[in-house]
Amino acid sequence: MNQALTFIDTTIGKKIVMALTGVVMFGFVLGHMAGNLQVFLGPDAYNAYAVGIHKLGPLLWLARGVLLLSLAMHIATAMQLVAQSAAARPVAYKVKKNNKTTFAALTMKYSGMWLLGVLLYHLAHFTFPGIAMGDYQHQHFSAVYTNVINGFSVPWVTALYIISMCFLGMHLFHGSYSLFQTVGLNNPLRNGTVKFIAQSFALLVTIGNILIPLSVLLGLVK
Amino acid sequence: MSTINLVLHVWRQTGSDDKGSFETYQAKDVSEHSSFLEMLDQVNETLVADGTMPIAFDHDCREGICGSCGMVINGTPHGPQKATTTCQLHMRQFKDGDEVWIEPWRANAFPVVRDLVVDRGSFDRIIGAGGFVTARTGSAQDANALPIAKGIADQAMDAAACIGCGACVAACPNASAMLFTAAKAGHLNLLPQGQPEKESRTRNMVAQMEAEGFGHCTNHYECMDACPKGIDVEFIAKLNRDFVAATVTARAPLNTRAK
Repeated sequence: MNQALTFIDTTIGKKIVMALTGVVMFGFVLGHMAGNLQVFLGPDAYNAYAVGIHKLGPLLWLARGVLLLSLAMHIATAMQLVAQSAAARPVAYKVKKNNKTTFAALTMKYSGMWLLGVLLYHLAHFTFPGIAMGDYQHQHFSAVYTNVINGFSVPWVTALYIISMCFLGMHLFHGSYSLFQTVGLNNPLRNGTVKFIAQSFALLVTIGNILIPLSVLLGLVK
Repeated sequence: MSTINLVLHVWRQTGSDDKGSFETYQAKDVSEHSSFLEMLDQVNETLVADGTMPIAFDHDCREGICGSCGMVINGTPHGPQKATTTCQLHMRQFKDGDEVWIEPWRANAFPVVRDLVVDRGSFDRIIGAGGFVTARTGSAQDANALPIAKGIADQAMDAAACIGCGACVAACPNASAMLFTAAKAGHLNLLPQGQPEKESRTRNMVAQMEAEGFGHCTNHYECMDACPKGIDVEFIAKLNRDFVAATVTARAPLNTRAK
């Protein structure tokens, strides 16, 4: 007796899961960037923003739950797909030219793995347990401004964040546009516009997120 | 008439159990006007004269419509000329003294039969799973009994141009067969004749594609670039769309399919 094949068993289904969970996380990085750009408004506004988010209570945990689930599904399906495609070409080409694709598209699995590592580091750095770099003491979230200033005053940490944001930009450069093809929303009439808007957002996230550690390191935000 | 000399590095493999390796051959006094396959014929004549087994490669019509021929030439399926099958590729695309690497399509679902010949039975099984319409037999129907809008007819024709050569799989960094399956399903899914079986066709062809062990589509669009018929990746978006719709509406479970 053959086993019934579900939507998620197919590569198309898995890719759609990746696209949709990717959209959730793309939405998050946009919101995360918008929230943290408030560091430029000064300590009072920025700390109040952090306190305000924690006042959301159950809503905050709902958002965290959705994000965590999205992340888990994105990673799980990615690992299955990568394994399947690796098995699909057991003997590699001696000479292979890629004429159409981008560097970002070819390195999605590597940028993804890097981002996962950096995500864990980022949480440990600023949220829990707060591994403090250099000689500063990690503060409560109501003093998040101090944490950001201190955290990004260590050059190698700042460099790590900036490099990682370039990887995030690359990941989103391919993912943000490619997802429209995956979920079947592509139409030659609109592809150019969709690609431009999607990749502009990817660039926006990269630049916006780099501005924060860079400004702290250069002493523009104290 | 000018001739060129080439150094060929050709993949030789006696069967699917053999590991295979590259052998180097000299292609001497090749006419620029000969096709790539004629050049291989010429090399094979010298190999036969030397008592060596000639290079095996698939070919049939030699006019670019049957989809039999195909090999990866210097890293590109069907060689450097766009929208051209290997048999229609002419040696004027190469320069005297060029080194040419010739490999078979490399995919788990395309086992090597011998040298550059691969078994593309997996494509036949995808077609068998749903790439057909049920038509009544008997006397021919009146022409234009089924009205089809010009735009739809054009799109279906674009998809139907697929000759099933397998260059899309060969070009794909993931060895995915999405462009082939999308073209074959999309061609019939667009037309009124294909509507009664649209749902089962889409699901069964996708299920067969999965069973054959192809990779997944990550939208590199290398397939479209390599396709000798210029099939557009918009058909992949359509297949994704049709597959979601078929999953939503289907009332029967989708069974896994035998390879």
